[in-house]
Amino acid sequence: MGRIETAAGIPAGTHAAAGPDGAAPRGHLARLPWTAFSIIVVLVVVAVFAPLIAPHSATEQSLPDKLRPPAWQAGGSATHLLGTDLLGRDVLSRLVYGARVSLVVALSALVAGGGVGLALGILAGYVGGRLDGLIMRTVDATLTFPTILIALLLTVSLGQGLRTIVIAVTLIIWARFARIVRGEVLAVKTRDFVALARVHGCSHLRIMAVHIVPNVMNTFMVLLTLHIGFVIIVEASLSFLGAGIAPPTPSWGQMVADGRNHIASGWWLSVVPGTAILLVVLAFNLFGDWLRDWLDPRLRQV
Amino acid sequence: MSAMQRYILRRLLQGAILLFVLALVVFALARVTGNPADLLLPEDATREDRADLLRTLGLDRPVHEQLVVFLSGAVRGDLGQSIRYRKPAAEVFFERLPNTLTLVPLALAVAVLISVPLGVLAAVHRGTLIDRCCSAGAVLGIATPSFWLGIVLIYVFSIQLGWLPSARMGGPSHYVLPVVTLAAFLVAGMMRLVRSSMLEVLDSEFVKLARIKGLSQTVVIWKHCLSNALIPVVTLFGVFFALLVTGAIVTETVFAWPGVGRLTYEAVIFRDYPLLQAVILLKGVIVLGVNLVVDVLYAYLDPRVRYA
Amino acid sequence: MSLLDVRDLHTQLHTRWGLVRAVDGVSFSLIAGETLGLVGESGSGKTMTALSILRLLPPETGRVVRGQVLLDGEDVLVKSEREMRAVRGRRISMILQDPQTSLNPVFTAGDQLVEALRLRPAAPTGQSLRQRAEDALRRVRVSAPEQRMRDYPHQMSGGMKQRVVGAIALAGEPHVLIADEPTTALDATIQLQYLTLLKEIQERTGLAMLFITHDFGIVARMCDRVAVMYAGRIVESGPVRAIFRAPGHPYTEALLASVPRMDASIERLPSIEGQPPALHRLPEGCRFAPRCGYADDRCRREYPPAFPVGPAHDASCWRVEPSRPSR
Repeated sequence: MGRIETAAGIPAGTHAAAGPDGAAPRGHLARLPWTAFSIIVVLVVVAVFAPLIAPHSATEQSLPDKLRPPAWQAGGSATHLLGTDLLGRDVLSRLVYGARVSLVVALSALVAGGGVGLALGILAGYVGGRLDGLIMRTVDATLTFPTILIALLLTVSLGQGLRTIVIAVTLIIWARFARIVRGEVLAVKTRDFVALARVHGCSHLRIMAVHIVPNVMNTFMVLLTLHIGFVIIVEASLSFLGAGIAPPTPSWGQMVADGRNHIASGWWLSVVPGTAILLVVLAFNLFGDWLRDWLDPRLRQV
Repeated sequence: MSAMQRYILRRLLQGAILLFVLALVVFALARVTGNPADLLLPEDATREDRADLLRTLGLDRPVHEQLVVFLSGAVRGDLGQSIRYRKPAAEVFFERLPNTLTLVPLALAVAVLISVPLGVLAAVHRGTLIDRCCSAGAVLGIATPSFWLGIVLIYVFSIQLGWLPSARMGGPSHYVLPVVTLAAFLVAGMMRLVRSSMLEVLDSEFVKLARIKGLSQTVVIWKHCLSNALIPVVTLFGVFFALLVTGAIVTETVFAWPGVGRLTYEAVIFRDYPLLQAVILLKGVIVLGVNLVVDVLYAYLDPRVRYA
Repeated sequence: MSLLDVRDLHTQLHTRWGLVRAVDGVSFSLIAGETLGLVGESGSGKTMTALSILRLLPPETGRVVRGQVLLDGEDVLVKSEREMRAVRGRRISMILQDPQTSLNPVFTAGDQLVEALRLRPAAPTGQSLRQRAEDALRRVRVSAPEQRMRDYPHQMSGGMKQRVVGAIALAGEPHVLIADEPTTALDATIQLQYLTLLKEIQERTGLAMLFITHDFGIVARMCDRVAVMYAGRIVESGPVRAIFRAPGHPYTEALLASVPRMDASIERLPSIEGQPPALHRLPEGCRFAPRCGYADDRCRREYPPAFPVGPAHDASCWRVEPSRPSR
């Protein structure tokens, strides 16, 4: 439907609506996806105040209570709103503490991976030439390789834990950031103020830090939000495969894995944490899409 | 077709370099926390076993010599001994490979057969109900963890309804749920790509010329537009294939499917480093090989690529 | 007998700025062997007119709301889409502006040409079809057609591509050809060759041509008659010679003045001040009034009808209103 402008040429005399170069069209704030946003807020609150919100301990076992169904099913009770698992641990509490894990891991991994991608993208775009070629080829190789395999190998050799996951996720996501940031840098590099900075004798490092970085920040921020959901799924998948945060710390992916063999007797063990993952990722994706449409619509193809 | 031959040669060389880098990574990770013998041997290994390993891998030699030993072994097909299976790791891999080879291409075919027509329809009928449904489905699909999807499908179709079996290989009915789960992983992303690609192509001038010729809208869409719209999809084939391999690991684990995906999972759970090593290297070979074949085919079909 | 007869065509577009009257009451006709030039700035409605005639407006946003387009006496505006498909390519065809984008990049020139030829009734198949395609290429002066058939668009030069586009457009042997700025994207040296080619084809086949351009130099070379468009309406039309010698409408006058001339030395190229009006907010009176040096109150209040300025030559301007004959 916007096609008409290209077919006919913009009707003579009319002007396009204010472009995105800083001036955001005003309708956007009103179109915030409220449901998604509230889910995110709830997640953050739950994660931060986990000890205050969880009704029980996440790790305390209670074998007589094992495999109680959620409150709305026969046999369930209000003490354990979402039932208990094989060791009698309260699912709701584990869910709450698991939120903390998901959020902490996702954010650290995101910042690390995004940071590496940002740095390499800027280098590739700014320096150009052979370095650019090398970095980009590595990006291509990373994107077409199931990097999760390396992540798994890392776990076995370095052991489970936050550090390992962060490194693993960094390996998986850096390439996506690097590629897009590089594109942005190429565009900024040719602008006049960069040439002027050179004329004034600024060193390359200074130019990169002072001129390039601020101009790609917009894009970088949007990329970060767009990838939160992805990182959460990666972390959950790694946990599911036994390569995530070590038990007994609850992690949603691990909970789903534990419940896999008891689908018949305890469907809620897998379905509940899995649904939590789904809702959280969906919320972050929708929020990220909204942010992208507002700040940097050119990223729509990502 | 000399340009073609040069292209193939270039791609082969790139592939070889990538494999080498992969081997280096695998090699390095085994030694990064000290003595690889701890990783490579079962817990009940005797002193003799250790001495044996020391000798065969040359663990008392300098690093670069160890690398040579490792690489020459790898090229010959010796990728270590699986701790859990007490057999050469490569052998275990190839035993399981056929099972995955029946699953993965099927899932890919299903994914393509669903996402391409849906993507085209969504683009052509942009803004209508069908488009909004497809887009909503895609958004949902991207947010769904595939391990959860598999488990939910098992719960609904196997346990509650009893229509389909829940695990392991078997007759055709055993394929349904795993293929659906694995394909779903791809469909969301692929369909969005086809849709956006189609939207761009629909705007092109040559579409107008095609209609000026007197061609029907159907021919214009499915012959002229689609052939152009599929180019980004083929270009991203490598990325999709990597997703597929990744997804296979999770799917085979959920459905206890005895393929190389589940083998990967077992290797992780049982800390069977040699097996994991072998799996990674061999999967690496397969992934690189498939990408090479696709790239060459693509260059054959689209002459512009050969000269790039 | 006119091959193409456009009567009071009105086309509207729904854009995000509102309803745009892209073509606002356009009428003209074409007879066999004749070339009518349609001149105007970009955005004046020339391309929209062409697309309206071929019924190729973007489906959700563009609509012909009034008028008739008679092709060999039949109104194509009332035909079904299926009937239109038989008309397009075979009775009326079009060449687009940019040869880079007119051809599908993934098919060879030969494939695309064959596809057009195959649509003709009693078309041959196989080898003789490809032979026909090679003949078509020869007719547009493409050398070594057998080679060119196997080329992809990106392997051909702009001029070559445009010739292929021409061959495709003429494959169905249409009676009417619309050429929408076919040489604008070509090198200056190639432009002349292409125009000569078109002229030659027209002489051979008796084709009627609607030649859309913004370049009066091309008009002088190619056209028998001219219609000048401004803001969706034709403001002047007549034989080429007459318009060049004595333009009736101030806009035509200004356009002609801005064409660089070899024979006179001028210090500055005059250009027309201002911008055409926004098509979704058209003024009541003459649309050129804001930029016209001769405009007065009446011009701004009332839109002038077409007054005769010479034989078969009209202009819509109050200045050329003939004085009222006394009873």
